[in-house]
Amino acid sequence: MAMDRRDFLKIAGLTALLGIGGKTGFELLAPGAAEAALKDIPLTAGKKWGMALDVLLLDEEVMDACVEACHNHNNVPHIGNPKEEIKWIWKETYDHAFPGQENEYLAEAFKKKNFLLLCNHCTNPPCCRVCPTKATWKREDGIVMMDMHRCIGCRFCMAACPYGARSFNWGDPRKAPKELNPDFPTNREFPMRSMGVVEKCTFCAERLAKGLFPACVEAAAKVKPNALIFGDLDDPQSEVRGALRKRYSIRRKPELGTGPNIFYMI
Amino acid sequence: MYDGGKIITGLVIGVGLLLFPVFYNAGKAAKAPERVLTEKAKAAQKCVEPISFMKTEHMKMLDEWRQQVVRDDVRYYKSTSGKEYYKGLQTTCLDCHSNKSKFCDQCHDYVGVDPYCWDCHIEPKENQ
Repeated sequence: MAMDRRDFLKIAGLTALLGIGGKTGFELLAPGAAEAALKDIPLTAGKKWGMALDVLLLDEEVMDACVEACHNHNNVPHIGNPKEEIKWIWKETYDHAFPGQENEYLAEAFKKKNFLLLCNHCTNPPCCRVCPTKATWKREDGIVMMDMHRCIGCRFCMAACPYGARSFNWGDPRKAPKELNPDFPTNREFPMRSMGVVEKCTFCAERLAKGLFPACVEAAAKVKPNALIFGDLDDPQSEVRGALRKRYSIRRKPELGTGPNIFYMI
Repeated sequence: MYDGGKIITGLVIGVGLLLFPVFYNAGKAAKAPERVLTEKAKAAQKCVEPISFMKTEHMKMLDEWRQQVVRDDVRYYKSTSGKEYYKGLQTTCLDCHSNKSKFCDQCHDYVGVDPYCWDCHIEPKENQ
């Protein structure tokens, strides 16, 4: 094809203009879209995992099922000595779970009732701020995660957590009393911990990655559906947001500004 | 030199004792252990990456895997052969190489390394 110099320059100029204009237009129309596409965060982007617990449905049977499922899945040993207890998910009375909110005229049902407690996966987690090695950090999807490989066992995070959701391994979990843990480790697909590291609930991150609910949620659903509702708090259409819209809920120690993401629907 | 005889005798005995292990073990170098594969590993024929790579780089690969899985939640590994693998020491590596005492420990003992993977990760039940 024959093309003189004048035509070539016209086409080249027009193409350059279109190119610049096109890109700018795209960015004006969808601000941040290009950055978001570049920010390659696997499966977790834009999510904020949270849980709503229906206190009225949570009886001892459901709670025990949750605790057992969690401990079996995550190889949490029973030490026997309460001072060395490893807690991922546990039961606690109202005055211990919600200190400052108890009063002597509290409804009878709540006075004796146990509540199911776990890590609150706070929006502003104090444990992550104090960790000197970044062994615990806030993931993009809201999970407060633990890296046992990096934990040096300084226990700053335990001092920082206002919910007592973190436990220290005073001894080797393998040496936990055999009579309390006849078939420990119960889950051979999952590791356990070593002496000298801190551990906590991880919302079963490895199950979420496979598209499964956390072990406690799955166990609760078998006993009483909807007792534990797990989902994305950022998504207005999610089941957990729907439940929270309908029912009044309280959180543990919200006045501390940690932004707990575990809601108790009362 | 006072007491020269005693000193020299002492020296000879001392040096002798010091060098005793060298002479005692001379020519008896421990043989490098043979790689032992399970039936499952033999049947699979190839590992995640070529064997030469795995022999020299498996520790670096495991370190990268643990970093990516725990910290970045990137749980699948695309091999150079194109196949995808779930990154897991217990669930993927030791699924084939379930003979940990032969496949891992033997060689680690020989080269004198003591990885602390098994402080937390659960070793396979070996039927021996």
